[in-house]
Amino acid sequence: MEMLLSLAIGVLTASGLWLLFRPRTFQVILGLSLLSYAVNLFIMAAGRLRSDAPPIIGKDPASADPALYADPLPQALVLTAIVISFATTALLLVVLLASRGLTGTDHVDGEDGES
Amino acid sequence: MTGWLHHLIIAPILLPLLASALMLAFDERRRVLKRWLSLGASALLIVNAAALLWFTSDAGTGAVGPQVYLLGNWPAPFGIVLVVDRLSALMLLLTNVLGFTSLFYALARWDRSGPRFHALFLLLLMGVNGAFLTGDIFNLFVFFEVLLAASYGLILHGSGTERTSASLHYITINIAASLLFLIGVALIYSVTGTLNMADLATRIARTDPGDLALLEAGAAILGVAFLVKAGIWPLSFWLPRTYAAAAPPVAALFAIMTKVGIYVILRLSFLLFGEASGDAAGFANDGLLYGGLATMVFGVIGILSARQLTRVAGHYVLVSSGTLLAGLGIGGQALIAALLFYLVSSTLAVSALYLIIEPVERNADEEDMIAGVAEPVFDDEYVGAIEEEEDETGVVIPGTIAILGGGFIFCALLLAGLPPLSGFIAKFAIIDALLRAGSVGPMNWTLIGLIIVSGLATMIVMTRAGIDLLWTPGEDAPSRLSLVEVAPIGLLLAVCLALMLWAGPVMAYLEATSVALHDPAGYLAAVANAAPAGGTRP
Repeated sequence: MEMLLSLAIGVLTASGLWLLFRPRTFQVILGLSLLSYAVNLFIMAAGRLRSDAPPIIGKDPASADPALYADPLPQALVLTAIVISFATTALLLVVLLASRGLTGTDHVDGEDGES
Repeated sequence: MTGWLHHLIIAPILLPLLASALMLAFDERRRVLKRWLSLGASALLIVNAAALLWFTSDAGTGAVGPQVYLLGNWPAPFGIVLVVDRLSALMLLLTNVLGFTSLFYALARWDRSGPRFHALFLLLLMGVNGAFLTGDIFNLFVFFEVLLAASYGLILHGSGTERTSASLHYITINIAASLLFLIGVALIYSVTGTLNMADLATRIARTDPGDLALLEAGAAILGVAFLVKAGIWPLSFWLPRTYAAAAPPVAALFAIMTKVGIYVILRLSFLLFGEASGDAAGFANDGLLYGGLATMVFGVIGILSARQLTRVAGHYVLVSSGTLLAGLGIGGQALIAALLFYLVSSTLAVSALYLIIEPVERNADEEDMIAGVAEPVFDDEYVGAIEEEEDETGVVIPGTIAILGGGFIFCALLLAGLPPLSGFIAKFAIIDALLRAGSVGPMNWTLIGLIIVSGLATMIVMTRAGIDLLWTPGEDAPSRLSLVEVAPIGLLLAVCLALMLWAGPVMAYLEATSVALHDPAGYLAAVANAAPAGGTRP
């Protein structure tokens, strides 16, 4: 499980970084999305990995041992991070389209060096 | 602060949020209403920030020390807290003064060059205020995103190729920085198990030495996210271009955004890596020092080579950030107080410069104009909230130049740090503190040298620009200058003048701020002992 998660984070980060440094705006956006997935997984890992453990402690005092539960805080953080990165990506897409329309190229600098 | 006064702490966040939410209910044709609403809200914010400053200083009711507001009424490490202390109150007042003046200036015509200007502007103020108030790292992230999202909208305000292109870079860089922010937060949480700043401060001293490297890595990644905002070299190449592309009132408000990064570094480095935090003390101070010095060099070269005044202002923002970061790296109580004075003075001066550039360049020849600044969609005839004062527009021709020239010289003196204005007092205090430190090392001399050189460079460029833009007679008659444009610039310069006249009391306040920063026990106790309202929860 640890290996799987760290591999997933590593692959996502590497692909995201590579795309982020590409010259086309769409690649940059995809890169940012992949990076944000990697970061979301990373935040989950920060709360320690637990399977089959609920994050919310029930009312029954007998089961109120924190060791039986997953850490709820990173899950709440991830939820916030997902919403925020979704919104900023959507905004960036609009700016991308505006830039494409105004400059006539999808190069990140607004001008194509090669042509 | 008891009773309803206690809610003043959350008002700097709620007030702009409610005002901008209310604005969404009206469409763009209700411009006068929106103007009154946003001007009123930002004027109230100044009063609010001044009240908080009053209550946190000794001058108040004797209620000295940080004030804590429990959001959701949960006690400190479990719920999110807002904390206002001397430093936060100072930054709040500075932000809202800039907010009011920029907004006022925008009424001249800038708020008409695109939709939803006022709502975005107030949301940006909300985000900055929240970042200064919060006592929780993840909540800080949320407020950062609020202010960034609003700033994306404001950067694009007025549209045009240059703005869209610059904002594409700006948004990408800031999203990447936000991801670094999250990684840093996750690392810190995984080591310490808390996100509350005060709780973190107490736990860091007890960190297992084996985990310290992980914690420091987390703090360093977190720091990079703030340094991108502060514009440290080599993470600053986006800044001059973005600020130059923004509409003038937007750029004037953005002058505070680099200071948000500086504020967080100041706050966290003293809380988490102060003298009381054991092995982790003094973490990354050298990095800040060298990074700050490199930023200053880059900024000075940029100032000298810039061909447009907006770029000069952008590079001056970098010099200002570099000075603050390098000074932070050296540290010391007297130096921090002097740096805070410099922070206030230079932010006000840069903001005034951004506002005055546009009217000055309007009178100059076309080739000196900033490339890519879109003309406003509507014509220049001013019809608006303060139309009684229309008589003041279009004063006699020499008057326009005299006012602009006077303001420009005032700005130049402030930025270059020449006597007698507040810029001089700030630089003098910094150099004085650097020389009086126990051991005056080579780094102190380097910083002193760079401060003086940056002042000289600023003076050279401002003189050159002033001769070019103000003394060269144009072919057309100078354009009209409205009171709505002059008043906010005058207000900002008047605040600088007040800083100069009352430098003594201001420095006393800042020295007390610096003492409180160096000994965070008061801050920690205030957060730990904050009692929930209405007794305990079941």
